[in-house]
Amino acid sequence: MTSQSAPVEVHDHHDIKPIRKAAMWVFLGSECMFFGSMIATFLLYRNETADGPGAEIFDIPFTSASSFILLMSSLTMVLAHNAFENRDPRATRIWLLATAMLGTTFLAGQVFEFTEFVHKGLTLSTSSFGSAFYMLTGFHGAHVAIGVLMLMTMFYLSFSGRLFDDRGLNVELVGLYWHFVDIVWIVIFTVVYLLQV
Amino acid sequence: MVLDTSKDLVPAQPTGIWSWITTVDHKRIGMMYGVTALVAFFIAGLEALFIRLQLATPNGTILSADAYNQLFTMHGLTMLLVVVMPVGAAFMNYFIPLHIGARDVAFPRANAFSYWLFLGATIMLLSSFVLGGAPDGGWFGYAPLSTQLEEFVRMDYYAIGAQLLGIASIMASANFIATVFTMRAPGMTLMRIPVFTWMAVVVSFLLIFSLPIFGVGLFQMYFDRNFGTQFFSGGGDPLLWQHLFWLFGHPEVYVLILPAMGIVSEIIPVFSRKPLFGYPFVVFSGIAIGFMGFGVWAHHMYTAGLGPVAEAGFGIATMLIAVPTGVKIFNWIGTMWGGKVRFELPMLFSIGFVSLFVIGGLSGVTHSVVPSDYQQHDSYYVVAHFHYVLFGGGVFGFVAGAYYWFPKWTGRFLDKRMGLWHFWLMLLGFNLTFAPMHILGLNGMPRRTYRYGEGLGWEFWNQVATVGSFIIGVSFLIFAWNLIKSRKNGVEAGPDPWDGRTLEWSISSPPPVHNFDEIPIVEHVDDFWHRKYATDEEGRAVRMTDVTGGTLVETDTGGDGSHEEEDMHMPSPSYYPLVAATGITTVGYGLIYAPGAGWVVAGIGTLITMWGVFGWSLEPVTRDEHHD
Amino acid sequence: MPLARPPSHDCSKVKRPHKSRDTRTRLARFRVASLVAALAVVLASCSGSGPQTALNPEGPIARTIDDLWQLVFILATVVFVIVQVGLFYAVFRYRARKNDDTEPVQVHGNTPIEILWTIIPALILASIGYPIVKGIFDVRAVAEGPDVLQVQVTGHQWWWEFEYIDLVGPDGRTLVTANELYIPEDTEVNLTMTSSAVIHSFWVPVLNGKRDVVPNRVSNLTLIADNPTPPDQPHPGQCAEYCGLAHADMRFKVHVRNQADFDAWVEDQLTPAVVPTEGAAAAGFEAFNTCVACHNATVSGPDGIEDIGPVRTIEVDGVTFTSSLAPNLAHFGSRGTFGAGTFENTREHLAQWLANPADLKPMLPELNDIPNGRILGMPNFNLSEDDINNLIALLEGWK
Repeated sequence: MTSQSAPVEVHDHHDIKPIRKAAMWVFLGSECMFFGSMIATFLLYRNETADGPGAEIFDIPFTSASSFILLMSSLTMVLAHNAFENRDPRATRIWLLATAMLGTTFLAGQVFEFTEFVHKGLTLSTSSFGSAFYMLTGFHGAHVAIGVLMLMTMFYLSFSGRLFDDRGLNVELVGLYWHFVDIVWIVIFTVVYLLQV
Repeated sequence: MVLDTSKDLVPAQPTGIWSWITTVDHKRIGMMYGVTALVAFFIAGLEALFIRLQLATPNGTILSADAYNQLFTMHGLTMLLVVVMPVGAAFMNYFIPLHIGARDVAFPRANAFSYWLFLGATIMLLSSFVLGGAPDGGWFGYAPLSTQLEEFVRMDYYAIGAQLLGIASIMASANFIATVFTMRAPGMTLMRIPVFTWMAVVVSFLLIFSLPIFGVGLFQMYFDRNFGTQFFSGGGDPLLWQHLFWLFGHPEVYVLILPAMGIVSEIIPVFSRKPLFGYPFVVFSGIAIGFMGFGVWAHHMYTAGLGPVAEAGFGIATMLIAVPTGVKIFNWIGTMWGGKVRFELPMLFSIGFVSLFVIGGLSGVTHSVVPSDYQQHDSYYVVAHFHYVLFGGGVFGFVAGAYYWFPKWTGRFLDKRMGLWHFWLMLLGFNLTFAPMHILGLNGMPRRTYRYGEGLGWEFWNQVATVGSFIIGVSFLIFAWNLIKSRKNGVEAGPDPWDGRTLEWSISSPPPVHNFDEIPIVEHVDDFWHRKYATDEEGRAVRMTDVTGGTLVETDTGGDGSHEEEDMHMPSPSYYPLVAATGITTVGYGLIYAPGAGWVVAGIGTLITMWGVFGWSLEPVTRDEHHD
Repeated sequence: MPLARPPSHDCSKVKRPHKSRDTRTRLARFRVASLVAALAVVLASCSGSGPQTALNPEGPIARTIDDLWQLVFILATVVFVIVQVGLFYAVFRYRARKNDDTEPVQVHGNTPIEILWTIIPALILASIGYPIVKGIFDVRAVAEGPDVLQVQVTGHQWWWEFEYIDLVGPDGRTLVTANELYIPEDTEVNLTMTSSAVIHSFWVPVLNGKRDVVPNRVSNLTLIADNPTPPDQPHPGQCAEYCGLAHADMRFKVHVRNQADFDAWVEDQLTPAVVPTEGAAAAGFEAFNTCVACHNATVSGPDGIEDIGPVRTIEVDGVTFTSSLAPNLAHFGSRGTFGAGTFENTREHLAQWLANPADLKPMLPELNDIPNGRILGMPNFNLSEDDINNLIALLEGWK
């Protein structure tokens, strides 16, 4: 038996990309539990309206439309990622911007929706139903907002020509995150809006 | 130290305070975790001594009820989240890369960020004592008591402080998982990883999946307190908090104990001069404990009214968790069986660990007997049980690890004489303190009571416990003195003082910045041992003559010029992690005092955070950019 | 039948010395010390001690629990002894000896043994599965039927309120008392419990395990007591779930009476307190006006029978609970203790209490919000010495 070692350059330069992807997947696993807990809370309180407004105030057609917009943003994100893989800065830039715009539209819809609900008497403190609803959809909105921020950072990088540099954050990771946020919305939309009626 | 490596290619150890502030070296970060946790350990220990003084006599008057309630809450909170978890993180930081043959963790700057945020949250929690009172709702902060007194910021400190600790832990865990799964040395298959590192992986997964649940609960508590939501009060259900809390809190128990089990699984083979008995069974029982840990949370809630069917189900599940735990204990004994057991200090503490953990485990089984738990729950019996698990188990394990690896950290041994005093006093003090609590609990003494009346038959054992607690205190003063003194004046240890089995012993003590001059190729579990020893026809170990610990000489790759590639890209130092962590801690302080002036503080904190995060994500990972 | 008690349930807590070559003399001393300690533990814990112990059951439910405890305790002790003997045998039998340079055989494991020590513990545990599940259903069964005494319990910060909903006086009022529960012997008592603000836990160890008392939820606990308690030695109980500042002082007493004595007690309690017309007590009744901002009492005076002080109720899951702001004082003089079972009901204690309640028991009266029903303790009313004496005369007269 002899001791062994390898020349450094062969094994020391771990390809950083799969490492980051692994960490992102782990992080998203964590996020699943985060949203799962809030969804469970909402299910527990779906009928605890304390004689205040309940699910009847949801505007399903409106929210369906904004959900569709968010889903479309996943499509543009895929296109952005494709362009990124093809090392096409211009196309990447366009699709990144499109994704961010769709995300912003979704957020605007959420702000509008929240304003409507408050006018109809549903606030954070009206009932356990209100608390659970705003917490769940609000934290999701915050995730979308952070996603838009990351998209715009990538967009900004594309102008300075540093989009393909090996940095902490890249289009692929942002894409993973964005798709996750979209999928979570599908679950939220189903559980909160559709299952009520 | 190794070969004639041209020194200018090997990164030099930087010095000075700034080098610590900007460090991304996993070993230094591990050290900082360890030192911070040790300081917190003495603070939380002091809190415990005050508690014991108060309870030494009936109707104690040393502390007011208010002070007592803050002290026991902070004792629990600090010991669990600021001492035992970070001590685990300290060992993991230091040894995961060394165990798997890597130069650093996957994300060195995120690693530094985790530490700084942990430090910020620790300072935040401790600062509450002077900023309006410390949390006083018990470490599990049951709602609606925890959401009741909105006049005080105490439980806001709890909600925000624990939240920040959680974020730091999630990041650290993701980092460890990515490190172990993607950065192992060639040949280091999953089933060749040292058991400690395996347990670190299990712990990381437990944290990744359990902390966000706690996070949601903490947010809900915070919103209830500050924004009038009704998660636990009003029309809300107080039991929701308990479910969310224990879905985190029970896996957390394994988060605390599994690293200690891992450490003991490293030490016992070395001092028995035999491989770990049933390595795959020890690993898989650890994984099984991790999985089952998520299915037994409600055994903390037998008296809360879940209904008999749920109670029966969780009772059976809880009993089952004793099975993989037993497997570990039997395997440790099996490792010693037929070995050559050397009574060095790490081994003494490890034997103490096994012996005391058996007691804690068995009293745990008595809790799974649900009707019996109706009596024991929230009594001193439970206090005795979890101290046997977390102190008799956890702390003994970590102290064993400290004696074991101190030579690796510093190149010197801890003093053996002082170590023996530490061991025997700790063992004696521990049992005097916590064994009587079993009796107190069975005789009806509830926990978290700042005083008790005369005539209940609790006086004697409380006095014994108080005496014991001060013996523990003395033992740890000896330990602290030993650490301080031996760091500079201890007996020199050399690279491989214990005749170790794992890769960290193959490099110098303390290890160089880059850990390994050459990344090893791994062929066995306990690879370093197999480089030193072969087995004869009877299966006995036989030392090979040409290899000595820490000075492995290349015998077959010779001067083939492979070293010219040793231009090692160690990650550059960065202050952005500290900036980002400072920003988030500032946001936290703002949220504690929100709504109101707190918003301004939170706003400033957000700006600092964004500075840190953007600077961080846009700066190059290594200063001299080499891209493929 | 309860099993014979094990000779010691605490041999497990006494450390055996670890032997190490260079510490032999010290070891000898340790061994003597541990022997003495072991003996002390054995003597002290052969059975429970003190009136609040779970180990000396005073009723069939607590006995069911104790039987299970003893079963599992014996099992645990056997396992404990086997494992520790195995551990210390391995440690000492296979210790490294001087002048022995041989290396051990490098055994990596043994699958059959692994399977064996996985299955055997699982079987041992499975064997106690049935008694556990049966025990859960036995202890958790809610007492029903015409012979069951129904008591509603409301946990407050930091005292207990008891309402005997089936015991109604001639004026239609139910029996309400605080902190001292009276029950007849050999009778199933069903406690239906809730809480006004935070979680508490109702625990009388000699009669049953504990049960949490949760706001917005109703929980049940059954008490059955074997024998009457002497008047001055009721079973002590205590809140077991941390409930804030004065959690330690949220105690209560359970008096067990034979049926005749219990009936007499009920009759007394259902009789309204008499409004005194002369002497210190009459002056005390004037001062009592301050108290009825929170306290209440049913009194019979010149205007007939009336309730003075606020009477509140809360409804949880369709059950209506009396939820007063402070203990009903109509029969204060009949109670052995006050301050939630914490202080002996003597003139001295009462004078001290009335002079400044927070001196005796930690409370947060400055945070009281009476209109919203949030009471966190009794304020200091800066009563004059006369007022204090008069109030004592009044309250001690209300037997």
